[in-house]
Amino acid sequence: MEPAPLNISAYVVLSAILFAMGALGVLIRRNAILVFMSVELMLNAANLALIAFARFYNQMDGQILVFFVMTVAAAEVAVGLALIVVIFRTRRSINIDELSRLKD
Amino acid sequence: MEVFDLVPLIVFIPIAGLLLNAWIGRYLSEKGIAWIACGAAGLSFLVAVALGLGLAGGSEGKIVPIVDWIKLPAVGVDIPWAMRVDTLSVTMMLAVAGVGTLIHIYAVGYMHGDARFGRFFIYMNLFLASMLLLVTGNNFLVLFVGWELVGLCSFLLIGFWLHRDAPDPETGIIGGIKNTNAAKKAFIVNRVGDFGFILAILLIWWTFGTLDFGPIQGAAHAAGHEEVAAGEVHEAAPESAPGGEAVAPVTPEGVCQPTGEGVFPMAEAFMAAGCNVKLGSAEVPIGTLIVVVTLLMLVGVTGKSAQIPLFVWLPDAMAGPTPVSALIHAATMVTAGVYLVTRNNVLYEAARGVNILPFGLSPPDIVALVGAITAFMAGTIAVAQWDIKRVLAYSTISQLGFMVAAVGLGGYVAGMFHLVTHAFFKALLFLAAGSVIHGVEHGAHHAHEHGTHEARTFGYREGVLDPQDMRNMGGLRRRMPVTFWVYVIGALALAGIFPFAGFWSKDEILLDAFLRGSEYGDPTGWLVLILLIGAAAFTAFYMGRQVFMIFFGAPRTQAAGHASENPPIMTYPLIVLAALSTLGGLLNVPGLHPFGTWLEQSVPHAHTADFNVLLALVALAIAGVAVALAVVIYYMRPALTSDGLDRLQRPLGPLWTFLHRKWLWDEAYHNAVIRPFNALGGLLAHLDVRYLRDGLDQGLYGGFNRIAAFLGGDFDLGIIDRVVNGVGRVTQQLAGQARHLQTGYVRNYALSVMLGVLAVLLILLLPLLFGQ
Amino acid sequence: MENTPISLTTIVTFLPIAGLIVVLFINREREDIIRWVTLGTAVITFLASLGMVAAFDASNPGLQLETYYNWIPGFNISYHVAVDGLSMLLVLLTTFIMPLAVLASFDPIKERVKLYYCMLLLIETAMLGVFVTQDLFLFYIFWEFTLVPMYFLIGIWGSENRVYAAIKFFLYTMAGSILMLLAILWLGVNGDTFNLPTLLEKLASGALVFPEGVEVLLFIGFFAAFAVKVPLWPFHSWLPDAHYEAPTAGSVILAGVLLKLGTYGFVRFNLPLFPQASIDLAPVVAALAVIGILYGAWVSYAQKDVKKLVAYSSVSHLGFVMLGIFALNAQGVQGGIMQMVNHGLSTGGLFLLVGMLYERRHTKLMADFGGIWKVMPLFGALSLIIVLSSMGLPGLNGFVGEFTILLGSMGSNFLAVGFTVFAAVGVILAAVYMLYMFGKVYMGPVIHPENERLPGLDWKEVAVLVPLIIMIFWIGLYPTPFFGMMDSSVDALVTPYTAPGGSVTAAPELAPAPVAAGEAASVGLAPGY
Repeated sequence: MEPAPLNISAYVVLSAILFAMGALGVLIRRNAILVFMSVELMLNAANLALIAFARFYNQMDGQILVFFVMTVAAAEVAVGLALIVVIFRTRRSINIDELSRLKD
Repeated sequence: MEVFDLVPLIVFIPIAGLLLNAWIGRYLSEKGIAWIACGAAGLSFLVAVALGLGLAGGSEGKIVPIVDWIKLPAVGVDIPWAMRVDTLSVTMMLAVAGVGTLIHIYAVGYMHGDARFGRFFIYMNLFLASMLLLVTGNNFLVLFVGWELVGLCSFLLIGFWLHRDAPDPETGIIGGIKNTNAAKKAFIVNRVGDFGFILAILLIWWTFGTLDFGPIQGAAHAAGHEEVAAGEVHEAAPESAPGGEAVAPVTPEGVCQPTGEGVFPMAEAFMAAGCNVKLGSAEVPIGTLIVVVTLLMLVGVTGKSAQIPLFVWLPDAMAGPTPVSALIHAATMVTAGVYLVTRNNVLYEAARGVNILPFGLSPPDIVALVGAITAFMAGTIAVAQWDIKRVLAYSTISQLGFMVAAVGLGGYVAGMFHLVTHAFFKALLFLAAGSVIHGVEHGAHHAHEHGTHEARTFGYREGVLDPQDMRNMGGLRRRMPVTFWVYVIGALALAGIFPFAGFWSKDEILLDAFLRGSEYGDPTGWLVLILLIGAAAFTAFYMGRQVFMIFFGAPRTQAAGHASENPPIMTYPLIVLAALSTLGGLLNVPGLHPFGTWLEQSVPHAHTADFNVLLALVALAIAGVAVALAVVIYYMRPALTSDGLDRLQRPLGPLWTFLHRKWLWDEAYHNAVIRPFNALGGLLAHLDVRYLRDGLDQGLYGGFNRIAAFLGGDFDLGIIDRVVNGVGRVTQQLAGQARHLQTGYVRNYALSVMLGVLAVLLILLLPLLFGQ
Repeated sequence: MENTPISLTTIVTFLPIAGLIVVLFINREREDIIRWVTLGTAVITFLASLGMVAAFDASNPGLQLETYYNWIPGFNISYHVAVDGLSMLLVLLTTFIMPLAVLASFDPIKERVKLYYCMLLLIETAMLGVFVTQDLFLFYIFWEFTLVPMYFLIGIWGSENRVYAAIKFFLYTMAGSILMLLAILWLGVNGDTFNLPTLLEKLASGALVFPEGVEVLLFIGFFAAFAVKVPLWPFHSWLPDAHYEAPTAGSVILAGVLLKLGTYGFVRFNLPLFPQASIDLAPVVAALAVIGILYGAWVSYAQKDVKKLVAYSSVSHLGFVMLGIFALNAQGVQGGIMQMVNHGLSTGGLFLLVGMLYERRHTKLMADFGGIWKVMPLFGALSLIIVLSSMGLPGLNGFVGEFTILLGSMGSNFLAVGFTVFAAVGVILAAVYMLYMFGKVYMGPVIHPENERLPGLDWKEVAVLVPLIIMIFWIGLYPTPFFGMMDSSVDALVTPYTAPGGSVTAAPELAPAPVAAGEAASVGLAPGY
């Protein structure tokens, strides 16, 4: 059965909006966890675009790539959260503006 | 199983004794230690007796292999631990173990109360084992092991009192250090001798491909050699080759080819064939090689048997306990050189005919001359000594000279005979001297308890008595009767007075010299004869002097006046030895010559000459005159002058000093050898640090540093550094500006990443926007 | 060559590394556990090397217990380890000395314990690797690798001047090694392999021929590395400093095994690879060796410090080893290998003695001692045995080696008799300096009151010395099994040097046919060689 033709632009727009929200979050928020969530948002925006295009071109590559992204994201979450926990323990804060010691 | 298979026991029993004492000795009383040590010595003697009886029963003896030692099958090196029972080795075993046992027993009394009593007997047993190994070894290397080990024991025993802190009478050196030095001197001088010996052994191996002495030859074989005169070429002895299909001793090209028979038979075969020996890439005639080997061995002999020029250690060795002096430095170890020459009689006789040395001398001639000169020189020195043991030490050197001269003249029987009788009477004299010393020490102690003070003593500077100095003695004949009588017997035997043992053996030596001169027309023989007769005269004179000085006259000190006789454990061995010294001459009584016949089995060149009455009378007369002189000088008047000098000291003047300081040998060595040696050693060490270490450091390591310093200094700082610094400074300034970009805030970085991404996208998209 | 399964040789070589890994996981505070684990590793390694002996067939001259793995095929580099008669004894010596060195460190080493024992284990593997490797490249790796732990052993746990000594040690040996590396590279490139047996085959078959003059250069390349390591006079000046500054165990390892790497290198590489150069240069090397014998002894005698005296005596002793090797006959080489072992035991023992004295008095000057025998009777007796062994008393191990060496040099086809004569003078001098030391330190009365109450040996010290003394007597009285282990390999090694001219060495049953005169006269190498 031939898949129904897809209106790709809607998906791409949604993905772009999500990505922009994520990017803004990363740039604006100070709470490390929220920054982190914004990063996730960006990743998932990318995922959405990938899935959409995969369906549109009827090719598997995009979907495979999504799996990779999800795996990497999971790993990244694990590491990132661990780092945040450690940082919180030592600094009693997860305000990323205070984490500028590497500058010196 | 034959009785000869017991021979390893003769070495293993003393080793077992010493191990036992080392293991449990510390828990035992002196008595227990003494039983173990003396028991081991006595058992060895019994083994020796058993072996002797076996040989006397007509058997030929046996070679008893024990175990492999140095074995390199690929190149045919096979040097086993093996022992040899023949009449020569058994003679030595009997003398060593017999006299050794008596001295062990004596030492139990002498060393009583010493803090290291156990240690002493461990060393004594070790010595016995080593000496017996030396005489039983069936090849040169086993012999050499014993040879060095007895040197080690000598070292240990001379240095036995190494902790003494009383100063030495003459030099003022602390006793322990003096003993240590004497011990070191003995070991090192012996090593110099061993240097020659080991080289000889190496040459022997490369010549003969083996170090085994060879099969034990029957009396018949020995007889076959009797008429072989010096250097006369005779037929090779193929009958001694096993089986008859043996390899020819010479290749067609005239190169010696070992037949695997043993050194001595091969030496004869090679000499007979006149072949050349291949040594590395060179070829050497066999005669030359044997001359070299025998001369190198002579170096070993002069070390061990205290001959010129290596005798200097023996007088100092008297620092050891007296039983040690008796056992090692008189009766047994020092005779090893005589044994060595006798054992190698085949080689020495082979070398006799090779005239490649100056003045037509052959190695045995040199041996004889060394012995005779030593005998004479030591005899003169003994006249001018004060120390009772030093007199005996020089007397030992002199008598060893007699023996060495004898074997050098080819009088192997006479040499060995004198070795045995000398073992008896010199052990006796030393032990009796020890008894005297002990008695005087005891007397000093006694006198001290009674609060009497010495009016005048000799030796020590500050009123401390030296119990070995004969000037502190006198009149001991009544205080110590047993010691006196045995001492006189020993002295008569040593002086060669009829009918004591020394008379017979010394006479045979003189006879050999006489025959060498008269029958062979060898001038060496005459020279040796004259020297030996002179030495004999001196011997009789200094022994007379000693006896009169010690035992006659009035006591010169309180200690001598209070001296007392020693316990039976010390006197009984003396009596046994006195008996042996009296009757020892019967061993080789003229007419029968049992000892000569006995030795012929193992010493192919053994021969005995008939007793010459005239020569005996002359020798006796000379000895008599010398004794009479001693009577006149030391007995008719007090032995010392009123100011404490020897009767001869003033008349002889500087000559006396020259004799007293043993012909200045020590001084000569000190200046000619030791001082340059030390100086050169110091210099080399200095150079090593100064040039090789520091110099190389400065040259290589330091040069490296200097180049590095230049590069790092002028060059680097001047040029490169400036360039680099310039670059650096600019960079730094730029960086200082750029630094402000780094805020440390994550978002700033994120923003820049974002902007970067946008920029990249823009660039990628530009063609899309404008290109089409 | 085909890859082979892992053999016992590999296992023994890397057992210390296994121990090292265990030690790494131990908390550094648990010093006792670290010590015992290290000791256990060293002992297990020794036992495993006994297993090698059991599996070793002495009658086979070739390589045994091989492991071959084609490691870096692109450059013809292989992991190839094996033992033969030349290396078996030295492997045993290494594994035998190491437990003693470890045990001797128990009390003296108090600082940075974990690192120290790691270094000991590292150096053990490195030394074993040098002895067993059959690939030139691998050899070079192990060879250089021995330097690193030793550098730290001297540099961290040494005495006052340790950094100087450590750097000197490193630079000297490194400088020598560079030339060897060049020679190795030449061989590897021109022979298309770094594998030693393959190279030897190619040389024998003519597939690899040295151009004119190159053989000597290559010989000198290897010579530079080995001569510094031995050390041959006059390349010895790093040795006294290194020995003097090193901790006791460091000195023991240095004297006991590390110096043997150099002499072993000559036997393993120079002799088989460059026969013509070996013959041409034998008199030169032997002359340096004899100078070393006399010089080392003499300088040793002039020292005031016990440890320096012992250090210089090594120069003398290893001169004997070199003389034996360059006699280029079976007696000399066997004696040389035997003497390597003997020197390891005797001089290793001497350094242990010095260490024990130092632990008690914190001085090594002879003048500070005297009468020690009286204060410590057992120590005195054991010391005497080791001293006598070092000066070559017959019946103890040193004599067996020295005699065999002198036997070899006396009959050598390439050395004049004078070499032997002067070397034998060294035997006298050995007695001179050793007795000088023994007299000063052990004999005489107790001069210094602080020496009156020195404590006797404790169980660890006895446990260290007794195995040495057992070996000293064993080799001295019954060395047949040890000679037997190397006999066939050494014979194969020296065949090129002795084959052309039959000499009196051959016992009649071995060489029944008389040798022709022409051949006998032209000793040396036949043109074919």
